[in-house]
Amino acid sequence: MKLLLFLCVGVSATESQVAVTSLLHNEAPQFTRTDLENRKLDLRALRGKVVLLNFWATWCTSCQLEMPRFIVWQSQYGPRGLQIIGISMDDDPALARKLYGKLKLNYPVAMGDDKLGQLYGGVLGLPLTFLIDAHGKVQAQFRGETDLDLMEEQLKLLLRP
Amino acid sequence: MKIGWVARSGMIAVFAFTFFLFLPQMQAQFGPVPSASALSISETHWLKPEALLRLQQIKGAEKPLILQVGSHMLFAQAHIPGSEYAGPGSQPAGIQKLQNRVNALSRKKLIVLYCGCCPLNRCPNLGPAFAKLSEMGFTNVKVLYLAENFGADWADKGYPVEQGD
Repeated sequence: MKLLLFLCVGVSATESQVAVTSLLHNEAPQFTRTDLENRKLDLRALRGKVVLLNFWATWCTSCQLEMPRFIVWQSQYGPRGLQIIGISMDDDPALARKLYGKLKLNYPVAMGDDKLGQLYGGVLGLPLTFLIDAHGKVQAQFRGETDLDLMEEQLKLLLRP
Repeated sequence: MKIGWVARSGMIAVFAFTFFLFLPQMQAQFGPVPSASALSISETHWLKPEALLRLQQIKGAEKPLILQVGSHMLFAQAHIPGSEYAGPGSQPAGIQKLQNRVNALSRKKLIVLYCGCCPLNRCPNLGPAFAKLSEMGFTNVKVLYLAENFGADWADKGYPVEQGD
């Protein structure tokens, strides 16, 4: 039943968010970065956790509207295995650092670049969010302004009970 | 049926409580539009992607100067062939870069601005960049209509792109 619901939700999400690419249901491209707190961020090391990978930028108003919800989700669903990762696509790290502090983000944020963007199919518009399951596979992606309730429903289906 | 003032006050209180309870979520879903929204640009200046492609294919036609006024990181991943990066229109340094690039040009030069960072009603770059060119006296400025973003409205349609600086 859960699977059926997930498939139904997945279809409606992909239709409304124009979200089908070859990454879906495939292994998420691996990367390592140093986050804004100078900690190592290794996607492979997060196997076993559900990862919400969010590409954003300070100039992206839609992105900033999502972040308060992500903060809540990290607190609420962290114990169920959620790890949110933010990738800032700002050209200037100082801008990302400033907003990171202002919003008091409770999840790691690293700077992206064009190579990481291309690894994820081209980040040619923001926001862009991937849900990666505990096995490291991309199970959903959301491009542009997204129905966050729908994203949360999909997320919950991937998390531990 | 008459409703007593106590009941009316109660209903108002419940409504107010509910409104403020869901206000953060409403703001998250339907948040404010940037003041310098690209949608403030008159529709006579919009140019559809297909029209730009046709324009580029007309032999002997004046080649437009195509300027991307958004993120350099997005530009480096993919941009319209022949276009130039002119700096983010939302920042003073970007506007200065744009001004420097066009300053010596004829005010009749056909210039096409585009960004594609995010949905048009959220784009912080096009409005200020267009306003700057208007202020400088440019009379033939078009703005590429990328409703969602550069990926959805250009690259995903199979239109040509280049990578790099």
